[in-house]
Amino acid sequence: MNKFTKGLGACMTAMIVASGALADPADDTLVINDEIEIVTRTAAPAHLSDALDEVMSGWLFRGAETRDMERDDFDNAGMIFVEKAEDAWNTADGSAGKSCADCHGESTEMAGVRPVYPKYVEAAGEVRTLEMQINDCRENRMGAEKWKYTGGDMVNMTALISSVSRGMPVNITTDGPAQSTWEQGKEIYYTRFGQLELSCANCHEDNYGNMIRADHLSQGQINGFPTYRLKNAKLNSAHARFKGCVRDTRAETFNPGSPEFVALEMYVGSRGNGLSVEGPSVRN
Amino acid sequence: MASGVKPRVKVPKSAAAGDTITIKTLISHKMESGQRKDSDGNAIPRSIINRFTCDFNGQNVVDFTLQPAISTNPYLEFDAQVPEAGTFTFTWYDDDGDVYEDSKDIAIG
Repeated sequence: MNKFTKGLGACMTAMIVASGALADPADDTLVINDEIEIVTRTAAPAHLSDALDEVMSGWLFRGAETRDMERDDFDNAGMIFVEKAEDAWNTADGSAGKSCADCHGESTEMAGVRPVYPKYVEAAGEVRTLEMQINDCRENRMGAEKWKYTGGDMVNMTALISSVSRGMPVNITTDGPAQSTWEQGKEIYYTRFGQLELSCANCHEDNYGNMIRADHLSQGQINGFPTYRLKNAKLNSAHARFKGCVRDTRAETFNPGSPEFVALEMYVGSRGNGLSVEGPSVRN
Repeated sequence: MASGVKPRVKVPKSAAAGDTITIKTLISHKMESGQRKDSDGNAIPRSIINRFTCDFNGQNVVDFTLQPAISTNPYLEFDAQVPEAGTFTFTWYDDDGDVYEDSKDIAIG
């Protein structure tokens, strides 16, 4: 009897240790194609110092096989969509008969763009996401039809623009004319939504590293977007992910591209200031 | 034609004669199984890649038959022995009759 309870106790301890090890972020480093070093954990930006000591890429919260897929551009299925976008980059569209390349040159010229978006665009007098800038180009410079905010063409193009900035630190400006938008995003981040009354922070700040049923909660960083998700086998934009998260709280969601999500993207993006741009990343 | 199909292949640029190399292929394709229904209840017609072949200098290396249960964007990886310098050609056959091709040269040395 005594022996039995002792054995059971040891068994329980082992189970707890095992599940604890499973839920911790991985102790691993990411180098893409043996050349691009990715910062997957770093000191939290100053504005977050009350909430977090360290910010971590979602890459650290995924399984070993999923992490491996991102180490090589061939294994990363998201890169096939980057190649598709490269074709679109060089193809003229719209009444002006111009392609992206006609104004911007090679797609590699866009290195350094992804890390600073969303940002306040002086000429437009508003905070803009990469998607809004792409559609502005299409409408006003190319005379082409706007792309759907989370549509395939759009998310492929943001993946291309992101891919040439991989390894650069996210650096979103939080003050100046962008500050009011940033504050609005912060407000949304800490507001409980839906029948489940969950805010972003409840899961991604208070409980990252823990399991929510079968899911391993990350910090909800968006440095890896657009993300190739194994569950739907396509690239997903940050706004589509926001929508999925808000829906899971059983709330009516904001629309992708809405001012609320633009503000939220700016705020969540700034929480990852210092992490490397990873997109297109691979997640489950 | 299935829209937005793009093949992708990874073959080492060179190998020693007689070496076994690993070839990786990926093609973006929706791989519609034919089992699903749309919102009106009508069956969505099957549209998949049903066959994939790889040839080296005219000699067949592999010939896959693909089935409807295979996921979207099928990824195929296999090994091949390289006796001499030459060209690998890859061919994907779509249900709708389209054929997608790609090729990669490999050198000895």
